[in-house]
Amino acid sequence: MSKLRKLTDKIKPTFEKGGKLSFLYSTFEAFETFLFVPNTVTVKGVHVRDSVDLKRVMTTVMIAIVPSLLFGIFNIGYQHNLAANAGMEFWEMVWYGFLKIIPLYLVSYIVGLGIEFASAQIRGHEVNEGYLVTGLLIPLIVPVTTPLWMLALAVAFAVIIGKEIFGGTGMNIWNPALLARAFLFFAYPSHMSGDKVWVAGVDGFSGATPLAQTSEGLSSLQYSVSDMFFGFIPGSVGETSTLAILLGAVILIYTGIGSWKIMISTVGGALVLGLIANLAAPSPDSAMAIPAWYHLIMGGFAFGTVFMATDPVTASQTEHGKWIYGFLIGALTVIIRLFNPGYPEGMMLAILLMNTFAPVIDHIVVGRNIKRRLKRAKTV
Amino acid sequence: MSEQIRLKKGLDLPVKGTALRKISMTVVPDVVALKPTNFRSLTPKMLVKEGDTVKAGTPIFADKKNPEILFTSPVSGTVDTIVRGEKRKLLEVRIKSDNLGAAVKFNVPTGASLNRESIIKHLLESGLWPCIKQRPYGIIADPSVTPKSIFISAMATGPLAADPEYVLGGELDAIRKGLAVLGKLTEGGVHLSLDADKAASSIFNKFDGVVYHYFKGPHPAGNVGVQINHISPISKGETIWTVDLFLVAAIGKLFLHGVYDTSRIIAVAGPAVVNPSYVKCCAGVSMEQISDLFNFAHGNIRIISGDLLSGKAVGREGFLGFYDNLVTALPEGDYYEMFGWVKPFRLKKFSSSRTYFSWLMPRKKYNMDTNTNGGERAFVLSDVYDKVLPMDIYPLYLFKAILADDIEKMENLGIYEIIEEDVALCEFVCPSKIEIQSIVSRGIELMINEMS
Repeated sequence: MSKLRKLTDKIKPTFEKGGKLSFLYSTFEAFETFLFVPNTVTVKGVHVRDSVDLKRVMTTVMIAIVPSLLFGIFNIGYQHNLAANAGMEFWEMVWYGFLKIIPLYLVSYIVGLGIEFASAQIRGHEVNEGYLVTGLLIPLIVPVTTPLWMLALAVAFAVIIGKEIFGGTGMNIWNPALLARAFLFFAYPSHMSGDKVWVAGVDGFSGATPLAQTSEGLSSLQYSVSDMFFGFIPGSVGETSTLAILLGAVILIYTGIGSWKIMISTVGGALVLGLIANLAAPSPDSAMAIPAWYHLIMGGFAFGTVFMATDPVTASQTEHGKWIYGFLIGALTVIIRLFNPGYPEGMMLAILLMNTFAPVIDHIVVGRNIKRRLKRAKTV
Repeated sequence: MSEQIRLKKGLDLPVKGTALRKISMTVVPDVVALKPTNFRSLTPKMLVKEGDTVKAGTPIFADKKNPEILFTSPVSGTVDTIVRGEKRKLLEVRIKSDNLGAAVKFNVPTGASLNRESIIKHLLESGLWPCIKQRPYGIIADPSVTPKSIFISAMATGPLAADPEYVLGGELDAIRKGLAVLGKLTEGGVHLSLDADKAASSIFNKFDGVVYHYFKGPHPAGNVGVQINHISPISKGETIWTVDLFLVAAIGKLFLHGVYDTSRIIAVAGPAVVNPSYVKCCAGVSMEQISDLFNFAHGNIRIISGDLLSGKAVGREGFLGFYDNLVTALPEGDYYEMFGWVKPFRLKKFSSSRTYFSWLMPRKKYNMDTNTNGGERAFVLSDVYDKVLPMDIYPLYLFKAILADDIEKMENLGIYEIIEEDVALCEFVCPSKIEIQSIVSRGIELMINEMS
């Protein structure tokens, strides 16, 4: 047995019932199971268990997010370099981005995990792994210039109101990361949207996102398709590079954790609505004339499709329901983008809205199964 | 050959220790036990006391609700101990065998007098009635009900299951008789399901008066509940009876020879078995008597009467269950593994999910143990259960309906069609480590109480 195990066993009684620090048991347990797969054995039911657990699932999702995170770090520096004309080398840009993103992560994890640990402690549960992913996502879907205190408030809101009051991971209705962003979006719109928030370290620099530009008309779009696909554009930290996101999508689909049905149908929904808009476009320069597939590489569409819409807790949970759910997310996103003058981006609202309606979709799908079963009884 | 039903969903557990086709031991019973806990929701009424002399076939206890249903001694000897648990609940009746082979002689009917009524009477008297289980609920069948049909699976897909072709090779006459007898209990026929791949060479494919079905696919394709769902799904108010094939042989032997004979060949298999093979014994045999086969070098081991998924841990002092012809032994997983869940490979652990790499080695067999491999959480991943349940059922919604005690929803979503063994794989793959079979047990208990 390793020294670490011996040490853990030695201090364990302090945290157990009757021990001096028993009020910190959940916290202790979280660290212990982080270090060691526990020695618990099956009691009832199956005698053997699959070696996958939620820690493994969440870790896999985190790995899938890493490409977007790495590109995001680089892009912070790259956009700064463009705006400030600083003449930075590649590694300088990466270092710049790294320094900018670290405070966001510190805030996200300290506040979020702090609340998670506290509520697990209050309920006497084990600490849930869900926030490891949420905490990684939140800094990626906000502008890099977001003030830290705002981020802290948003995280607290998302974790407490969005998750813990429903009973924690697995019980929540809305995707907590998106809820944090929605909170910021409505509480502090001037920091979340517009032309001035996307580039770090250059005051007053106006760097519009492709979506903001196209809302003025297609001819205002100043970025090339390849820039948008590879991600050399302003935007929220992790959302810009469709390529990096696709890498994540491959990992999620390959491991079976993210639903390919949702991803495909979301893309399908966006394309269908985009094509309809193309046909109905009044002039070749109107926003409606943006080629349908541009929607897939602009704004938060790709990131939302791969990492947010597929959240298994808040998405539709029936296989047929997933097709409907995804399609409507894609379609709503394009509708909001094209026909809503207030917000250039529609992904966040589309996903939150469909999170709300996912149980209804499932209810209908399950209801059809029930009807079929009752009918079967009559025909036999 | 009638239509082949191909099932894609499911999972064959790649566990080490499949029994080799040889008899390594013939057990002369010493102390055997009859356990009321083998039968769901049974309240037993004792008919003997400690010290009584019994023959094979002497009633030991009866069902309090339906006293016609008798449970009889598998051996001749004396009643040794009556073990009771909390609140004096009867746990087991141990019988010390004298190995004289004295048996109650039953005057079984033949020819024209072999009708439904006389068959039921003799099955009840001999103690073989409990071999017949009913769906819904997987409880002992109610003799006053005429079932829609009777289903038997001759296909064992469970982990390390005893190969029916091997253990029943010498019992074909008894099975033929048993099937003929069962055929008189229902209008809907006796349905026998075979493994489609082996059907042509199967020793079971030439019985008369039987409706054959052919299934193909991974576990749980061999579960009779899954087969019923595809052939003749159970709706509210319907009853189907099921019998394990080796118990059909026992029924056949009663009507051939007039004796209660529970001798059976069982498989002793699993990672903690020295020499995985077959053993000749009878119902209720003690694990002590076959303990030479277990490998205690593994440290703590778990001995299970039944399979890895839905069997019951009985321990070294335990006994073989009434419905079981398999004993599985595997190491306990009571160890810590540092950073286990972050290790990228963990090649010695099996996972059906692709978050590990065991799917790259489809032929590899694993030394599985009883570690839960993680802590219990709320339902998070919603699509894992569906992938191992080849039935027209939304498992997650059914489980949630049970958790909410919603009787109507449970009915609508299929509680009549499943028992624990059908959803055992859902429990195995569950990354949230939820005890799904316990949830289903609770649902079935609730339905039984609500409907009676």
